Parts: sequence; C-alpha cells; structure tokens
Amino acid sequence: MSVFWSVWISAITLGVIVGCTWLLFAVRNGQPHQETTEETLGHAFDGIEEYDNPLPKWWFQMFLGTVIFSLIYLVMYPGLGTFPGLLGWTQVGQWETEMAHADENYAPVFAKYATLSISDLQQTENAAGLKMGQRMFASNCALCHGSSASGAHGFPDLTDTDWLYGGNVATIKQTISDGRTGGMPPWGAVLGESGVRDMTHYVLSLSGNDADIDAVNRARPQFQALCTACHGQDGTGLQALGAPNLTDDVWLYGGAFEQVAHTIRTGRNGIMPAHKALLSEAKIHLITAYVYSLSR
Amino acid sequence: MSTVTEHSTYNYKVVRQFAIMTVIWGIVGMTIGVFIASQLVWPQLNFDIPWLTFGRLRPLHTNAVIFAFGGCALFATSYYVVQRTCQVRLVSDALAAFTFWGWQAVIVATVITLPLGLTSTKEYAEVEWPIDIMITIVWVCYAIVFLGTVKHRKTPHIYVGNWFYMAFIITIAVLHIVNSAALPVSAFKSYSIYAGTVDAMVQWWYGHNAVGFFLTAGFLGMMYYFVPKQAQRPIYSYRLSIVHFWALIATYMWAGGHHLHYTALPDWAQSVAMVMSLILLAPSWGGMINGMMTLSGAWHKLRTDPILRFLVVSLSFYGMSTFEGPMMAIKTVNALSHYTDWTIGHVHAGALGWVAMISIGATYHMIPRLWGKASMASVALINTHFWLATIGTVLYICAMWVNGILQGLMWRAVNEDGTLTYSFVEALEASHMGYFVRALGGVFWVTGMLLMAYNVWQTVRRNSSVSVVDAAAQAT
Repeated sequence: MSVFWSVWISAITLGVIVGCTWLLFAVRNGQPHQETTEETLGHAFDGIEEYDNPLPKWWFQMFLGTVIFSLIYLVMYPGLGTFPGLLGWTQVGQWETEMAHADENYAPVFAKYATLSISDLQQTENAAGLKMGQRMFASNCALCHGSSASGAHGFPDLTDTDWLYGGNVATIKQTISDGRTGGMPPWGAVLGESGVRDMTHYVLSLSGNDADIDAVNRARPQFQALCTACHGQDGTGLQALGAPNLTDDVWLYGGAFEQVAHTIRTGRNGIMPAHKALLSEAKIHLITAYVYSLSR
Repeated sequence: MSTVTEHSTYNYKVVRQFAIMTVIWGIVGMTIGVFIASQLVWPQLNFDIPWLTFGRLRPLHTNAVIFAFGGCALFATSYYVVQRTCQVRLVSDALAAFTFWGWQAVIVATVITLPLGLTSTKEYAEVEWPIDIMITIVWVCYAIVFLGTVKHRKTPHIYVGNWFYMAFIITIAVLHIVNSAALPVSAFKSYSIYAGTVDAMVQWWYGHNAVGFFLTAGFLGMMYYFVPKQAQRPIYSYRLSIVHFWALIATYMWAGGHHLHYTALPDWAQSVAMVMSLILLAPSWGGMINGMMTLSGAWHKLRTDPILRFLVVSLSFYGMSTFEGPMMAIKTVNALSHYTDWTIGHVHAGALGWVAMISIGATYHMIPRLWGKASMASVALINTHFWLATIGTVLYICAMWVNGILQGLMWRAVNEDGTLTYSFVEALEASHMGYFVRALGGVFWVTGMLLMAYNVWQTVRRNSSVSVVDAAAQAT
C-alpha cells in the first residue's frame, strides 16, 4: 500500500470517528435544557411537533464508550493504513500460531500410528487409529464420497472391490496424496450420433446387459480401433491409466443407456484433488488405512 | 374500489397503488420464504424441478421481500409522508405513476428471470444487467419526484422523516450503480467489472448498506412519521434526531467489511469495518429511543391500539437486532457466528421484527385515510395479525439462535487428536428441528399477512362516506 492510500484510509477513518464525536459534543453543548422538557421546537409537520429534549445521558456515555474503544482498538490492531498496530497482530499470524500449537499438541498422537503398517492398523488393538482415519475422512473426503464412503454420481464407491487405479495400500495412498485426473475423451464427433448409439450397445453388452446384437456387431471394429488402448481388448480396463473395467456392471457415471451414451459422446473428466499440501503424511497414512479397511 | 375519494391537494392514487402492492408482494415474498424454509426441512419439496430449487428461489425470496414488499412500503409511505409533511402535492403525477409501473415491471422481470437461473450471482443484486438498468431509471425518477417535492415544500424546514427518506434514496442510487457495474456478454449474462477480493468488498459494501440504507434509513423515515402520528405525541428529541441521523449515515458506509472477517480481505479493512460497526450501536439506538420515548405519556394507548403495538414492537426488534449486529461484528464473536444460521436469524430479527412490522403498522395507519374510511374494517383482525407476527418472529429467531450456536460449537469441536468431532452433515442433522420451527414461524407470518389482505379488502370495498375522524385526520 502506497503512502497516499495509507494516509487516505487513516484520514477518512479518523475523520468519520472524530466528526461523529464532534457532532455529539456540539449538539450536547448547545442544549438549552439539561432535564426532560415539554418545550418544542415550535414548528409542526402534519401535526407532528418535536420536543427539545436533551440527549439521554446513558446514550451519550454509550456513544462515547464505543468511540474510545474503537480508538484504542485502532492503536492496538492494524486498521489505519499501513500502521500495523502496537500488538503486531495479523490474521495470518494468528492462524500460524494456532496451527503450530495444534501440531505441537497433536503430533504425538499421530506419531504413535505413523510407524505402524497399514495391515497392523487393521488390527483391533489399533481401532483408535482407524477411528481417527474415519473422522478425518468425514471432514475431508465425505463431501464427495459420502459419509458412508459409498460414493455418488461421478464419485467412486470406496466400499466395493472395484478400483479405478488399484486398491493396494501404496496406490490408495498415492491417490490421496497426489490426486488423480481421469480423462475420457469425447467420441461424438468421431463416431457420429448413430455410431455413439451402436457403441453404447456394445459397451452395455460387455457386462451382460441387454443390447441390440446388430449394433454390437457394427460397433465392434470401432471399439477395437478406438477404445482398447485404454479399456483393453476385452474391455476390462487398465488401472495404470484409471480406465474403468467395462465388464463388471459398476458405473461411475450411471449405467442407463442414455448415461453411457452421454459418456461416450461428450467424454468425462474426473478429478480427485491432491491432499499432500492439505494433510500431513501421518494423517494421510491413517486415512489410507481407513479407506483400505472399507473394502475388506 | 368504487368508493375512492380523490384528495383535493395530495396525490393519493400512487400511494394507494403502492400500499396495495405492499400487501400482495408481502404475501408472495413470505410464501416463497416458507416454501424454501420447508425445503430445508423436507428436501423432497424440490420435486427435482430446477425452477423450484432452493438455489433459485432463495434469491427470489430475498428480492421479493426486500425490494418488492419493502420497496413498495417505502414508495407508498415516502410519497404519503413527503406530501403531508411538506404540505404540497408530488411534483409530477406522471413521473410518480411511472415509478409505480416501472417498479412493478422490475419486480415481475425479477420473478421471471431468477427462477430461470438468470443471475449475476451478486447477493441481493442477483438480477441481470437489463433489469439493473430498469431499476436505475425508475430510481432516478423516484429521486426526482421525492427531492422535487421536498424542494417545493410549503413548510419552513424539512421534517426529520424526510431526511432519512432522502438519505435512503440518494445512497441506494450510488450503491446500486457502483455494485451492479458489469460487462454484458449477452442479453441475459454479464460479468462484474470487479474481481476477487475487490468484488467481495464492493459486494458487501453494497450488501450491508442495502441493510443500512434500504432496510434501516428508509424505515426510520417511516418510523418518524407513523409513530408520533399514531401515538399523537411529539417526537421525543429533535437533538437526538440530528446526532443519530448524521452518525448513522456516516458510519454505516464503512461497516460492510464485517461480512468478510477472517477472509482474504486485508486486516486493516476488517478492523475498520469492525470499529465502525461498534460505533454504529449508539446511532442505531438513537432512532429506537426517539421512537420509544415518543410514547411516554401515551403508553396506555397500547392496550387498545394494535397498530401502535406493531410500531412499538418493531422498535423493540430494531433495538435488539442493532445491538446484536455490532456484537456479531466483533471478530471473536464472528468467528463463532459466521456462516451459521445465527446470521439468518439476525437478518430476520431485523427483516420481520423491524422492517415488516413497521411497514404493516404504517399500512394499517394509511389504508383508511387513503380510501376515506373511519378505520380499518376489523381492529380485532389487526390484533390477531399482531400476535401471529410477533409469535412467528420469536419462533424464527429463537430457532436460528439455537441452530447457529449449535452449528458454531459443533464445527469447532475437536477430539483429543485434533480431528473434528463432527462432520458437516452431523451439524446439519442436528439443525433439523430448528429448521422445522423456523418454517412454522414463517407459516404464522404468512397467515397474518393473509388476514391483513382480507382486512384491507374489506376496508377498501366497504361502502361508507368520509367520516368525521378521517376529515379531521386529513385536515391536520
């Protein structure tokens, strides 16, 4: 902030406060009556007259009290332009202090579990650790995956054994730490609308759903040409790419005909945000343990 | 409405039109409020129809109650008060009529576009740019009519009620134009010219002054006429009027930043907003004191006059919510109350308890005089309305206090390992009862408004000539 703006802010702030205080005293000093009076100003508006009563004392004192408090506050805390206030308080500083305090207090609780393996954490004697993982899941993950972790449209169910990127401990931890970006490209322009509908029949047939056999046959060469790079020859997917298994009748974006057609036509973008900047390693360790426990 | 008698001096036609629309838009706005409050209790009430979802109807509710109901009440009373306290007819009947039809057109356009999902996303200023331009034109005409009438007054001074109306009209023009500045990209889509934190600050500078100038200054103007008039007592203190008027409009301007405590807004802006909000306590209470003390010597009238009860209870809620507001603007309190239902409760203590109650009292005062009747058709119904509104408001704000404090405490509760004790959805589940009580409070309110509509209808259609009481009232 430049000197000009600093002075500008201070001048307006103090000007408003001082101006109000001046008005308060000016009106009070000019009072002809110190006690309640029946005297009016002498004019009437549509029959309404106004008494020349003094300002109530307690109100005057309250007004003055808030002004004095405010001036002291502006000396102690940042408010007048670049002047930082005598206490040196900032909201970032307050946050950092509280976080440091929390780290100091709670780090030992997490350290106890950080050295245990994920499989040790599944044992009953470490139920408290798994419970901590569940709590962190509730406040960090449940917004998308649901409080029961059973997912929602576009957000994977974590309680089943169907994994987009793999369900082993290391992969789960990597997914939480680094996040994932799942991209299904749009094929509407390539296949055309009838091609999209044929392909939908083909995809649905892979998991044993009812499908038009002619459409399936028409789409087969297209599937081999366009889809197998990610979803594999047999449509069982490829976890290295996060390409879903199309043969298991588990659908991230819905398995109804129009939903599958929409996925093929316009593509999908799934984002799992990275959490390593948000949560400590020890915390991610416990969330991993909890997520791992869900599908067992 | 064949019994309308034209007043010889004043333009009562536009006042009558706005007064009727106050009642109608009040019912519409509050019914939408009850509907969305019920959606929070029973989410199935979305019916999976996009136009009926909470996200689209909530802005419709706020716009309808603030600008349609509150706005019509302000237009009606300001045109009524300015003529009677300046003893002169509105400067232009044509322009006044234009403000009526223009404002109704703005409201209808709002009612159509918001459920369609056409929104600028700026809270309390959601309507898209073509409607913003309509508002600006109507508002400038309103300013011309009002300020022009004051200029041509036959009284030596300007009455205090008119100071507040003028501050409200001028400031709302500035707020609306600055906050709505946007770059249109199509007929129904525009982008704010501000970005990031600046956009947030401009939004809340506008948002809080919509409270400060639309919902406070304007209604204080109303208070300064209808309270002394209904109580038939002089205003308690002219000196208090002067100090609290100037201090109120000077400090309200800087208070908006308290909506952005502990955000990306720089520390200095948060501090300034906090101290200005605290200083605002005394100027706000100045208005409450001036209204309440005007009744000294006339308290017995409360026993028999439910219109006066509306006015006095509105001042009590005004005093309560303007104490609550500065407290909530203190950072440590705000850290608990922010983002919880406490905020919604606070707003409604002001919106239902203060704004709606005083508008209703003022409307009950005006209706018989505007149509040349001795009184409202049923005083008993006004009394019933009063109790429904009071109970409804108390149910609403108590439910939100309980919910707000509950949510604030649940959100910050931590276990011995530092993890959050409750997930968000647990706090939401715990709020369910409060949401039900809130909706119930809303039902009380809408019921009262329906009684009012019936009472107004009975009064207006009643076949009676101008009575002695009214002739006297119009002469003074």
